[in-house]
Amino acid sequence: MLRRFERLKSWEGVLLVVLIGIVIFNSSMTPHYLQIQNQVNLFQLNIEKIIIVLIMAFIIINAEIDLSVASVMALAGCVMAYLFEKGLPFGLCLFAGLLTGVLTGAFNGFMVSYVRLTSLVVTLSGLIGYRGLAHVLLENRSVGNFPEWFDRLGQQPLVGPFPLALIIFFVLLIIALIILQWSGAGRYVFVIGNNSEVARYSGVNVRRVKMILFIVSGLVSAFAGLLLAARLGSMRGDTAIGTELEVITMVLLGGVSIFGGTGSLYGVLLSILIILNLRNGMGLLNVPGENQTGVIGALLILSVLGPNIGRGVREAWNRRHVQHIRVGEEEKGG
Amino acid sequence: MEQLKQLKQYFRPEQLRELSLIVLIALIFLFFGSQIEGYFSPRIFNRVTSDVAIIAVVALGETLVLLTRNYDLSVGSIVGLTAFFVGKQLTAYPDMQPILAMLLAIGAGSCLGLINGLLVSYGRIPSIIVTLGTMAIYRATLVAYPGNKMVVINDLPGWITELGSRQLFSIGEFSIRPVVVGGLVMFIIFQFVTSYLRFGRRLYAIGSNPEAARIGGLPSHRIVLLAFILCGAIAGLAGFLYLVRYGNLNTAAANGMELKVIAAAVVGGISTNGGKGAIMGALLGALMINLLQQSLLRWLVISNFWVDALLGLLILIAVIIDSVIINRLSDLWNRQDQEINPVDEKKVIKEKKSHAA
Repeated sequence: MLRRFERLKSWEGVLLVVLIGIVIFNSSMTPHYLQIQNQVNLFQLNIEKIIIVLIMAFIIINAEIDLSVASVMALAGCVMAYLFEKGLPFGLCLFAGLLTGVLTGAFNGFMVSYVRLTSLVVTLSGLIGYRGLAHVLLENRSVGNFPEWFDRLGQQPLVGPFPLALIIFFVLLIIALIILQWSGAGRYVFVIGNNSEVARYSGVNVRRVKMILFIVSGLVSAFAGLLLAARLGSMRGDTAIGTELEVITMVLLGGVSIFGGTGSLYGVLLSILIILNLRNGMGLLNVPGENQTGVIGALLILSVLGPNIGRGVREAWNRRHVQHIRVGEEEKGG
Repeated sequence: MEQLKQLKQYFRPEQLRELSLIVLIALIFLFFGSQIEGYFSPRIFNRVTSDVAIIAVVALGETLVLLTRNYDLSVGSIVGLTAFFVGKQLTAYPDMQPILAMLLAIGAGSCLGLINGLLVSYGRIPSIIVTLGTMAIYRATLVAYPGNKMVVINDLPGWITELGSRQLFSIGEFSIRPVVVGGLVMFIIFQFVTSYLRFGRRLYAIGSNPEAARIGGLPSHRIVLLAFILCGAIAGLAGFLYLVRYGNLNTAAANGMELKVIAAAVVGGISTNGGKGAIMGALLGALMINLLQQSLLRWLVISNFWVDALLGLLILIAVIIDSVIINRLSDLWNRQDQEINPVDEKKVIKEKKSHAA
């Protein structure tokens, strides 16, 4: 019983309390909030983001970052739409879209792990460049009229009230949980994030792990881009602009350190739920979109500031305590 | 050989990169000059210089923060918010003095920078998280600003339009506008600050090794805080320039500018790992990116949708050149430097003592 309380004191515990608070507040404000349809909608409206969040968690734990995800989404969607417009069979278009993701991911990964550039800069250039390529393909047109089954998959429920994308999200979530939390490969991700030099000397193939992560990130982003195309029913060059920031916010709020090496998917999952429910609640209260983002930004800062202040107070208290009982040792500076 | 050694003392590989940027800019200029009719016209000159002035000023502030191994992603929102705020104030009180409006913008910007800096240096939060958050918060503040969501140039006092289009002096038929002069003055001041003043050198010291700087007794917290405040203040000034340049604003003003600014700094050779680069580089980077952008828009051979794709490629190439060529060159330089002037240990110890005293 005591150990359970110990666990609640961790970051996940804080997130859980916040989540419960938000759910209680929301359900007291609007009766429709707890209906299954609203809950499914809340996932459905952000499904592409939260799918990318899963792989982004891996990458940030690995002490890298991928800013290009939103642009890869748009580029994959635009490649698919462009080829579709040219009259190629639709299956081939989808495949080309996914291939785009793999190629962009491999390019990013190569630059990061073999040319040894900073991932922030590489993916920043990707953020601008891939978006630019998407604009080159579709210029300022909007391409739609995809096959009927494709739109239906994106927009209608598949099993019961659940649409295809939501089912895929849960499957991916389970796979990610197994890999990151319970498998050896997941340990590698943590070890490299903690100290890639040590990992390299211990015989971990750091380059390969980073390469694989970036390729998967590209593939997942491309997949999310196709899902978005199915949900919206059309594709433009400027689709999904700015998504990367929200994805990164979700990961960081989940307790993953921006310097890598710490964090867990449980925390990330809780932070996804918090942000979705918070947005949904604010939406039901008619708060405009930009202000919702502002509230989430404040939440992000507070989520890191709170524990820091707590630690500072604890350290100060410990110092006084040590002085008080006059331990013979020299005082250690904090 | 003797001459080569002498050359090496006066000439660093970092300068090589600035020199190559200048050559590259000149090449771009000449190439598009031969391709586009009327390229050397005063109109395009004004366009490019005014745009460069704003981006370069923001990039200059961003450089101060980048040098300390921090990021400021909120500059776009700060520029937008201060421009909007000052525009609203000017609409409400049209008889405000121009200098007061500018100070208002700088003051507002430094307050926003202060918030960033306090959270980073005393709240001990990684700068990328802080500024990611404040980017959204400042933008939300702009949207939540009471009244209608537009600043319209017709409601602003006449001197804004006048200031935006007046020529201060002219070289031949090219007129130099006040916005450009403001940018240049800022550039000269901060080139001086970062190369000669103690504060500027400390930025480099903290950025190249924060731990060593802290142990060496530098007041890191205060210096980082000051860098963020300055960055905010400069972004505030850029907000004022933005208002003068465009006049009409909506809530998306300067949206996404932070990426362009960081791109300019990176192309100019300022390392995102801190401690490396010069203000001069930021200016050249901003100039290059803007020149390329404005030129490609007017070049009819390829569609202007290629601009961003090429920009991404440009950033990547700049970084690759940096890491592959420049870094190796500077390793070579440093090694040979030591051979030329072997470190005199007694002298070093003496210097250290005099520093400590």
